[in-house]
Amino acid sequence: MEIICCLKQVPDTEAEIRPSADNTAINYEGIKFVINVYDEYAVEEALKIKEKIGAGTVTIVTLGPERAAESIRTGLAMGADKAAHLDDPAFLGSDSYATAKALAAAIKGMPHDLILCGMRAIDDDAFQVGHALAEFLGLPSVMGIVKLELSADKKKATVHRQVEGGVEVLEVPLPAVLGATKGLNEPRYPSLPGIMKAKKKELKPVKVADVGLSTGDVGKQGFKTQVAKFSLPPLRKAGKIVEGGTPEEKAGQLAKLLREEAKVI
Amino acid sequence: MAAIWVYAEHKDGKIKKVAFEILSEAKALAGKSGGPLCAVLIGSGVEGMAAALGSYGAQKVYCVEAADLGAYTTGGYTKALCDLVQQEKPAIVLFGASINGKDLSARVAGRLGVGLATDCTGIGLDDKGRLQVRRPMYAGKVYADVVFSDAAPQMASVRPNVLTLAAPDESRKPEVVKVAAAVKSDDTMVALKEVVKTGGEKVDLTEANIIVSGGRGMKGPEGFQILEELAGVLGGVVGASRAAVDAGWRPQSDQVGQSGKVVTPNLYVACGISGSIQHLAGMGTSKMIVAVNKDPEAPIFKKADYGVVDDLFKIVPAFTQEVKKLQ
Ligand SMILES: Cc1cc2nc3c(=O)[nH]c(=O)nc-3n(C[C@H](O)[C@H](O)[C@H](O)COP(=O)(O)OP(=O)(O)OC[C@H]3O[C@@H](n4cnc5c(N)ncnc54)[C@H](O)[C@@H]3O)c2cc1C
Ligand SMILES: Nc1ncnc2c1ncn2[C@@H]1O[C@H](COP(=O)(O)O)[C@@H](O)[C@H]1O
Repeated sequence: MEIICCLKQVPDTEAEIRPSADNTAINYEGIKFVINVYDEYAVEEALKIKEKIGAGTVTIVTLGPERAAESIRTGLAMGADKAAHLDDPAFLGSDSYATAKALAAAIKGMPHDLILCGMRAIDDDAFQVGHALAEFLGLPSVMGIVKLELSADKKKATVHRQVEGGVEVLEVPLPAVLGATKGLNEPRYPSLPGIMKAKKKELKPVKVADVGLSTGDVGKQGFKTQVAKFSLPPLRKAGKIVEGGTPEEKAGQLAKLLREEAKVI
Repeated sequence: MAAIWVYAEHKDGKIKKVAFEILSEAKALAGKSGGPLCAVLIGSGVEGMAAALGSYGAQKVYCVEAADLGAYTTGGYTKALCDLVQQEKPAIVLFGASINGKDLSARVAGRLGVGLATDCTGIGLDDKGRLQVRRPMYAGKVYADVVFSDAAPQMASVRPNVLTLAAPDESRKPEVVKVAAAVKSDDTMVALKEVVKTGGEKVDLTEANIIVSGGRGMKGPEGFQILEELAGVLGGVVGASRAAVDAGWRPQSDQVGQSGKVVTPNLYVACGISGSIQHLAGMGTSKMIVAVNKDPEAPIFKKADYGVVDDLFKIVPAFTQEVKKLQ
């Protein structure tokens, strides 16, 4: 089975995010970058499927700047077999639409029985690339899956999709694009031998022309949405510590404040 | 002038509140652009819900129906909505940023080749009359003002509980347009086998007005009983931190935060939750935050409007009694 994993490199969740001086970009100086957590679930699931079948290839596909290679290596160290890195200045600044377009163009040229991605990237929080990618490839898509089972002939998958108030059980013909969320699995850490082996695995750089696109299709030029300005969220005003000698007094005071001052109960 | 559309998601025969919130706000946009404000219902047997949309300002309601639209599928609903958009050519299409709203809008944007901004907290028009929105990024650490290319329609999904709900006017009757969708079973692309309900009748956290959440400080699943009681008297629902979910004390669907749900209730009560950056990502835009924590240095107090420094096992039951007294 040929499995593709879409993997994005994003700032660590603990990172302090600040706009650049002119507020048109994010100041990435000094920030630690990691694999998008949801994409870790995707990689883990691909590896589990491959291990279960005992055959196949897991290929990572990433669009991102040079530094993204480090996260790709981590994915290879987890156990993925090879990777394609869409690393061309022309790709940079792509919005969700252009990103999906570029990923689709790259994946079209690769064998694929199953495409796994994350439900969302924790930098732009767009929830878009998986569905748009599927659309461009003419495939079904299910996002937010917490369980995946392949049929015996591997032509279908049964997935559980998380929705408000429950889960949906869906049967999806393959190939399809499936978006992972928390609950699907527990991603493994790269092992030391895994890290050594990863160094020798193929990490293919891909340029815009390699996937049959032109510079106008992707990057800032191919935009459908664009951030005009970043700003910091409004500061919350300093809160009040509720006074009182006993827990009962504090509880009474809190109820009074919420009723009379905040008017929320 | 081209229209502004609001996709009206419904569940169990009821329209989600976020659709009314968007209509309330979009009325002003339609006033500015001069185009009509319309709502779109997709499903089977949806016409009965049209009047409610009218009362919140929809002048026209499209009722898009087909047998294969009885339950939501990404493929079926995408086909139904895209066909209608291509026929009617609205300028702007807005969705609620629920799970299915985010799902549908993403696939539709891909198919139509248009821009989409997800989970917005503010919507407006630029000087050319194109949609312009504000949305949190990086888990709410920054806000982005997003502009669109000329591709139409411009699309956005809007976070529930953020825009102000206007008072409905029942005397306003919308024009109802029935559309027979050309959706076949193939278009759904997937087969929905079963829906397993886990939440019972509980209001989803993303739509709740009051949330009482517990973290590692609850000590175990039994600890949450006092939160259930408090939520009961407040008319709210119970949420949890990731620590409580990962410990198996609460279901995943209760998790608030970066890898859980983003919530915007009027009142969020955090009990035994330290206030990690990932938890704040899910509840930092709540209108009012109360924290109960025995550690005065807990970061949650930096975000809380009211803080109680004490043992939650003493405070919460006492507070429940106080609230009962007020009722
Ligand atoms: C990629 C990633 C994603 C994450 N996503 C999420 C997410 O979506 N949601 C989330 O919540 N976390 C998330 N986390 C985890 C997050 O970093 C924290 O570990 C977690 O939020 C801590 O939960 P907590 O506040 O319940 O526990 P703790 O940090 O252990 O805090 C427990 C608090 O309870 C207080 N306490 C204990 N006993 C009492 C008592 N008797 N009375 C009063 N107070 C008491 C303590 O003083 C302490 O402040 C994520 C982490 C990562 C790395
Ligand atoms: N630049 C990228 N390179 C590879 N995969 C990506 C990229 N951007 C998004 N994805 C995939 O699409 C998912 C959803 O991303 P988003 O739509 O940005 O929230 C992510 O979890 C990734 O799996």
